[in-house]
Amino acid sequence: MTKDNKYISELIYQLADDNFIHSYRGSEWLGLAPHIEEDVAFSSINQDTMGHASMYFELLETLGEGSVDELSHNRKPKDFRNAIILEEANGSGTYLDQPEYDWAFTVIRHLFFGVLKEIRLESLNQSSYEPLIHTSRKIQTEQYYHLMHWKTWFTQLMLSTQEARDKMEQAISRVWRDFGGVISLGKYGKEISDLKLIASEDELRSEWLRRIHQIFDQVGFSIEGNPGMEQGNGRNGEHTEDLTSALNILSEVYHSDIDAVTW
Amino acid sequence: MNNISDLELEIFRTLENVTDPEMPYINVVELGMVEEVEIDDNQVFIKLLPTFSGCPALDMIKGDVLRKIKEEIKRWNASLDIEVKFSFNPPWTTKRISEEGRRKLKMNGIASPDSEHKHGHSWEIDCPYCDSTHVTMENIFGPTACRSILYCNECKNPFEAMKPVANLYEKVDL
Ligand SMILES: [Zn+2]
Repeated sequence: MTKDNKYISELIYQLADDNFIHSYRGSEWLGLAPHIEEDVAFSSINQDTMGHASMYFELLETLGEGSVDELSHNRKPKDFRNAIILEEANGSGTYLDQPEYDWAFTVIRHLFFGVLKEIRLESLNQSSYEPLIHTSRKIQTEQYYHLMHWKTWFTQLMLSTQEARDKMEQAISRVWRDFGGVISLGKYGKEISDLKLIASEDELRSEWLRRIHQIFDQVGFSIEGNPGMEQGNGRNGEHTEDLTSALNILSEVYHSDIDAVTW
Repeated sequence: MNNISDLELEIFRTLENVTDPEMPYINVVELGMVEEVEIDDNQVFIKLLPTFSGCPALDMIKGDVLRKIKEEIKRWNASLDIEVKFSFNPPWTTKRISEEGRRKLKMNGIASPDSEHKHGHSWEIDCPYCDSTHVTMENIFGPTACRSILYCNECKNPFEAMKPVANLYEKVDL
């Protein structure tokens, strides 16, 4: 593997794993979303998002990183490159047992991620690695609706009752504390942007801040400073128990019968 | 002896028998999923464009294409290799659905939005039952990845529409 390929893979792991775990957390809401129309919409968004993860895994497969199945189901938590805030559980309990999930947290996490994802895709349109150009263009056609969806939820809840507003503002502070981990390109960030695979971390951050503040302005909210990375940097393999338990559930079927997977 | 263009015609005819399992009345050619058919001395290569990347029907469609084409070209040249590949380049858009495809969708209560749709512009979607433009978008995300749910204020029918998908970069040359 050439040195360039190493950095290309590093970036694609970040893109793949973010979408993979984000889609999984979203899918845990199935049957629990605030209303039936949302259940339909959210499932569709999660299905698309898993499709995006799968497109990135396919790119990794062509780079010789292993098969899509192995990459998605047979890696250790420390090999994952997703940001920590995306792996965090939706709330206490599990989707099977007393799920006390937090909708405000979900809306904010999806909105923040959606805005960054859009910026990353626009940047990937100019990537020096051509397969990323095609992949990002395809994803953009679908992502457009996702972001619109979360902006609608955000605006409606922020301008709803005081209770809703309070929950939303709490969720903003919570996600803000760790969202820096999503913007991060990890320890090879400089090499990744020097190769013009994607814009630099600084550029991604300032564009994200610009768009988020624009959205905040519309509902009379403001926040100071840059988003933090309090729980560590997932890009460098640092993760929480939440990732381990999520991966165990995600890979349960895969590990129960390897032969059946290749059926 | 049959020539290549006859074989190509035969392949397209066969592809017209492959449908989306979630919309069995429309075939993959009408949906605009077939981007390329290439034939040389040893191989038939078929490039398909997925409608939505997370569409669970993709593997079924690919398997169906492979099986039906294999069956068909056995009569021509059994030694030909067949490769079926999904590609994201160019991205599929609703513009690729053929006139005949649009007619079939409409007969099944599914509207096809303006094929010239541009991002950011509002959609012009007509009710497939009464052609009224007085419709309301109920849920962009419908029963499958590629469909939305709407309501006609004129004839009071709920209906579906193909989710308008446009390529932001259609005019950019690579
Ligand atoms: Zn009508």
